[in-house]
Amino acid sequence: MGELKLMKGNEAIAEAAIREGVDAYFGYPITPQSEVLEYLMAEQPEKRTGMVVLQAESELAAINMVYGAAAVGKKVLTTSSSPGISLYQEGISYIAGAELPCVIANVVRGGPGLGTIQPSQADYFQTVKGGGHGDYKLFTLAPSSVQEMADFVSLGFEIAFKYRTPVMILSDGMIGQMMEKVELKEQKPRWTDEEIKKMHDKWATIGKTPDRERNIITSLNLDSAIQEKHNHKLQAKFRKMEAEEVRYELFNTDDAEYLMVAYGSSARIAQKSIALARAKGIKVGLLRPITLFPFPEKPLADLTPQLKGILSVELSAGQMIEDVKLAVQCKVRVEHYGRFGGMIHSPEEVLTAFEQTFIGK
Amino acid sequence: MKLQEIIKEENLVYKRTPLMTDNVLSYCPGCGHGTAHRIVMEVIEEMGVQDDTIGIAPVGCSVLAYDFMNIDMVQAAHGRAPAVATGIKRTWPDKFVFTYQGDGDLAAIGTAETIHACNRGENITIIFINNGIYGMTGGQMAPTTIEGMKTSTSPYGRDLQLMGNPLKITELVAQLPGTYFVARHSVHNPAAVRKTKRAVQKAFQIQKERKGLAFIEIVSNCNSGWKLPPVKANQWMVENMFPFFPPGDIKVDGELVKKE
Amino acid sequence: MTEEIIIAGFGGQGVLSMGKILAYSGIMQNQEVSWMPSYGPEMRGGTANVTVIVSDERISSPILNFYDTAIILNQQSMDKFEKTVKPGGLLLYDPNGINRHPERQDIKIYKIEGAKLAAEMGNTKIFNMIVLGAFLKLKPIVKFENVIRGLKESIPERYHKLIPLNEAALKKGMDNPVELKPGKN
Repeated sequence: MGELKLMKGNEAIAEAAIREGVDAYFGYPITPQSEVLEYLMAEQPEKRTGMVVLQAESELAAINMVYGAAAVGKKVLTTSSSPGISLYQEGISYIAGAELPCVIANVVRGGPGLGTIQPSQADYFQTVKGGGHGDYKLFTLAPSSVQEMADFVSLGFEIAFKYRTPVMILSDGMIGQMMEKVELKEQKPRWTDEEIKKMHDKWATIGKTPDRERNIITSLNLDSAIQEKHNHKLQAKFRKMEAEEVRYELFNTDDAEYLMVAYGSSARIAQKSIALARAKGIKVGLLRPITLFPFPEKPLADLTPQLKGILSVELSAGQMIEDVKLAVQCKVRVEHYGRFGGMIHSPEEVLTAFEQTFIGK
Repeated sequence: MKLQEIIKEENLVYKRTPLMTDNVLSYCPGCGHGTAHRIVMEVIEEMGVQDDTIGIAPVGCSVLAYDFMNIDMVQAAHGRAPAVATGIKRTWPDKFVFTYQGDGDLAAIGTAETIHACNRGENITIIFINNGIYGMTGGQMAPTTIEGMKTSTSPYGRDLQLMGNPLKITELVAQLPGTYFVARHSVHNPAAVRKTKRAVQKAFQIQKERKGLAFIEIVSNCNSGWKLPPVKANQWMVENMFPFFPPGDIKVDGELVKKE
Repeated sequence: MTEEIIIAGFGGQGVLSMGKILAYSGIMQNQEVSWMPSYGPEMRGGTANVTVIVSDERISSPILNFYDTAIILNQQSMDKFEKTVKPGGLLLYDPNGINRHPERQDIKIYKIEGAKLAAEMGNTKIFNMIVLGAFLKLKPIVKFENVIRGLKESIPERYHKLIPLNEAALKKGMDNPVELKPGKN
């Protein structure tokens, strides 16, 4: 068993990054995730592992520092919160287009605009449906505990390098600010320059040696036919992710007549709502998507025949519900419930909404 | 006399650096970019650091610099080259990292990245091509378009009241403690080319010695954007740009050069 | 066992750190814990509260409407959280600064003179440890030795010399909760 600590989600991401052997973190302060940069600066990972930590002058600079470090095959992490992530979008589109690996975490707060600093899940569309320009998909992991905040750093880099793609950890102010027990992994050594050369010399811009052609990191193809071909290549990666990388969790679904679908912090709340419902004899279960892209469409479709109704529970005005509806293809009634703008629904509120919607009281 | 008899080692006065690719330059005839590319590549070749050099191409005419420079290159989002260079240099300090940016990229949309990279004293080299116009998009006004200069978005000439002042960003970054060497040169005649090359050599030497950031502005032309034939464009540049953007060293060894 | 607790008072009373020590104590005996603070503008000079859950099982919602225990340290929190204690649950409060005492008939109500006892012990900063001690006397969900271990984990090493004082404060709190019978407040 690894070392046990009581940590905030934001601290867990920072500590997990050091232990993962991450090479660099670039970021810009924004509530409710500033603890990530604060923790790293206090911890001095430069001394622990040689990891670089730099406070950038803006989110624009931060995401482009990420782009640079990723271009030379390094493991690079950044974190921000909603308004900052909006500023990242240009960079994320470039990173996706140029096929670079990196991990980005969004500790979501209420919007739109400057919004609030309280938890929200209103950045689902931005994350899963695009955000930046162009045809790309952002591999998205949705942690629902502090433990997963830590674990998804390693998993995120595994996916990022496997597919050479940006990976988003879509969290929120609740998971970022709360403390829970975390089991920390052993320190992994950072990759040496030689290891990086061996693994990534095919694409990384680490210096043209006489034995190979020059490597170019770019998302530009002035010839549309070549750009279309490049897009086909990207799409093939996204299809492979859909086939092989779906992750989700089921609670009480064996005998469920109704289902709640919820991710991240909302899934924690819904789990309690389900316990309250079960105590009243209502057979309701929970599907928690862990990957939002790729969305667990098939598991959801497989459950559909036994269901009388699905409630998509989100801290938003209803965003993931669109993917839930696509997955079940109108075979069962799907409704949404959620507070938003930084307000958090309670387990009781969710249960009441569920009963009013489906049981009729 | 056969060709092979003429091309002999002892008769060789100029040889194209192998660090320029065989691709035909996409720049307009008479444009300074080709010469500026060659200078940078010659310096890298002469220092023998091709294996360890990473260039950052901007958005603008030189967006395709990676087609012509035979080294590993990263194409950056508009204005963000100094941030990209920071990401590379910080994580791989042994590499030589330079950005190659135009005036719109460096002095308009990327002003924040330029100033902060310079102010942090990132140990990188910035090559700044200033031709006072947006060439790639068809000749719009740039942050360095001088007063009265006509562009497609200042068709009656730059009106300072209406459009603001041209930005001397090179003098500005020279004020920052993070810059070690700041100079302005040009590539319009052989003497100027030699001076520019010496400055670029010095800039890369500074990076090698980890002394800080070196910033070289190259005042250049844009025949197409200025709507002048190459020779006249260079004349116009000397007569009109140089008074506002005077060539010479601005900061040497971390000290501002005193003007007489 | 699952214990759902709200601790609420003014910023500066040690509300968040009391919750943190309790949560760390749970980890020391291999329980699941969550600590969810209110954060944001209300933290600045106003009220602070934290929801702490200690459980033998995986914890679902870290944010709750109803609690097994409310530990209340100022009047605003009394007004807000008295009604959130589950029937049969516990309300523990420090009467210092409270002008409307709890009125519920269906819960257990105890008071602890934390501020007064801390002043008597000569250090107002150990106030929160006295209150925590009183809670642990009433609901011994974590062993005393694990609280001391939790304390060591949750405070920086340079303050470890203060652990004996904190231990004394916990014990002082354990000796002093006073039960208030319904209708006799």
